Amino acid sequence: MDVARYTRDKNDRILDVELSSGIHVKPSYGPADLEAVGFDYARDLGEPGEYPFTRNLFAEGYRSREWTTRQYTGFGTPRETNERFKLMIDHGQTGLNVAFDLPTQMGLDSDHPMAEGEVGRVGMAVDSLRDFEVAFDGIDLHKVGAGLTINAVASIMLAMYQAVGEKLGFDRTKISATPQNDILKEVIGRGAWIYALDPAVKLIGDTIEYAIEAMPRTNPVSICGYHIRESGATPAQEMAYAFGIANAYIDEVVRRGYHPDQFVGRFSFNLNIFGNLWEQVAKFRAGRKVWAQNLKEKYGVKDPRNLWLRGLFAGGGSGLTKAEPENNIIRGAYYALAAALSGAQTTALCSFDEAYTIPTPRSALLSLRTCQILMEEVGMRDTVDPLAGSYFVETLTKQMEEKIREEMEDIEARGGMLACVKDGYVQRKVSRQAFEFEAALERGELVKVGVNKYATEGQHEVDLHEYNEAWAEEKLADLRDLRRTRDAAAAAAALKGLEQAAREGKNVMAPLVECCRAYATVGEMADVFRQVYGEFQEPKIF
Amino acid sequence: MIRRIKVLVAKPGLDGHDRGAKVVAHALKEAGMEVVYTGLHQSVEAVVQAAVQEDADVIGLSILTGGHLAICRKLRKLLAEKGAADKLVCVGGVIPSRDFEALRALGVKGIFPGGTPLRETIEFIRENVGRTGA
Repeated sequence: MDVARYTRDKNDRILDVELSSGIHVKPSYGPADLEAVGFDYARDLGEPGEYPFTRNLFAEGYRSREWTTRQYTGFGTPRETNERFKLMIDHGQTGLNVAFDLPTQMGLDSDHPMAEGEVGRVGMAVDSLRDFEVAFDGIDLHKVGAGLTINAVASIMLAMYQAVGEKLGFDRTKISATPQNDILKEVIGRGAWIYALDPAVKLIGDTIEYAIEAMPRTNPVSICGYHIRESGATPAQEMAYAFGIANAYIDEVVRRGYHPDQFVGRFSFNLNIFGNLWEQVAKFRAGRKVWAQNLKEKYGVKDPRNLWLRGLFAGGGSGLTKAEPENNIIRGAYYALAAALSGAQTTALCSFDEAYTIPTPRSALLSLRTCQILMEEVGMRDTVDPLAGSYFVETLTKQMEEKIREEMEDIEARGGMLACVKDGYVQRKVSRQAFEFEAALERGELVKVGVNKYATEGQHEVDLHEYNEAWAEEKLADLRDLRRTRDAAAAAAALKGLEQAAREGKNVMAPLVECCRAYATVGEMADVFRQVYGEFQEPKIF
Repeated sequence: MIRRIKVLVAKPGLDGHDRGAKVVAHALKEAGMEVVYTGLHQSVEAVVQAAVQEDADVIGLSILTGGHLAICRKLRKLLAEKGAADKLVCVGGVIPSRDFEALRALGVKGIFPGGTPLRETIEFIRENVGRTGA
């Protein structure tokens, strides 16, 4: 659930606070509380930069390393997206986070009947390598890493990123891509799935294996608790389910004969921030610890750097409201503060108009500035883990740790995350919680300022990012031109090679790179997988 | 015996953000209605097909991508072809107010942008089912 539940007496005195993870907050905390939860400084907290990393991954936190800002960007054609990339980089953004349109995310070319009206609408439209060449033109891929926010066809996009790197003169071993590549959370929370789950997880294994062998700076998977929480999970469930998913991917690669120390250091997490600030801070501090212990105890990971929970902590869309949209600017600032107090390495904030549309340049820059002001003006780089030792925060961190473990054990007892997602257990649970949250909001048991408390009358209009119908026409013309001018025999041969590798159960990454180089389209490559792997069937949840 | 109101909740198009659709489906069920959820990635043809097959009183579309006008235009045409133009059509999601009039002109009776209280949707359906053909 979202915000905390408050019980008050007639004089508005708060009698009880229940956080969404089910923990009750007391009016005050002292040493006895730490004792009650069995807090031990050395075991539970330790030094920043040391196991179990509760405090921070780095000894000096942001003093030694400012956080990366990675606003989610992309729309229209690759040319429009390239312009927005450059605008954000010129204003100090340090990483890219590429938004793709829905046809691309679903492995469909821009001229597919289901793509009608969707081309370039919620992200950049990509049909072939030609589009990546335009999108990344003039960007130093050795310096700027690119998050590729795409899942079902992440393997194709990773291959394309390598191909565009080569084409623009960058070294495959020095470019750093972070495809989201988390299909299990797509099934739970975002719905951009295509293939049956077992082969979809196998595909993720292929990308991890390929990153180990060929793209050492690439982070092949960004496990996305973010969307799980957006779907209705509690903060504790968000972490537990993300870890359960990560374990499923680790198991897939371990089965191929690799040791987790060879690849878990390249896993990253995309996690969510909204709601109660203290619960968020405790969630991340506890999460770093539980993840490190999971890797050490369950998988025998040795190198301390591989025990890091590396993460994009993102100000979440679910916390924002359509009513009084300017309030979202304020909410975003608090979410960014929570990220900073939690020791995030990377942040992105949803922009204030995102309840309406994808961000305008003005609102996207405001989100970037929110992060920059925190880092440059108000002292967030001064010292590491400033809340350490707080009776309240340390007690809460221990309690969150307990909650996260309980949820992980629940998933384990039900056969692991893959099984729980296949039979719809997680989907049923989070969608029910989402409904209960909305119902509680409607009854006024939970407070959302400007929505069910202090609400104002009337519509609040914001400047909308305008969708341009001409983009789709431009994209279709370009695709027709590609099909006419590319070496058709080379594309067909590369696709044949891909099909063969897929049928034989081999790693498909090298054949995918060949397909991209030959200007095969996203739809053509995805169709090969559709035929060989079959499509996912949703379990009934109602 | 009074037949329960039957609602087809559908996500037309490619978008997979179905938290809102599922929340509404839960709410309608709690309110005593029969709810069928189509699942994701449905073509408009498939939605109409399901509505006819299930003999739904109401078609509730959840659209967050900005494609609501094109989708509803197509829906109206197909419903008319199938002789099912009497079904109550509602749309929810990211729907800017400037499009309300155009949607109503396409036969969409209920428009529930994000942030609409669940009880409003429930009450609207209760009040309008059975009188939409008039």
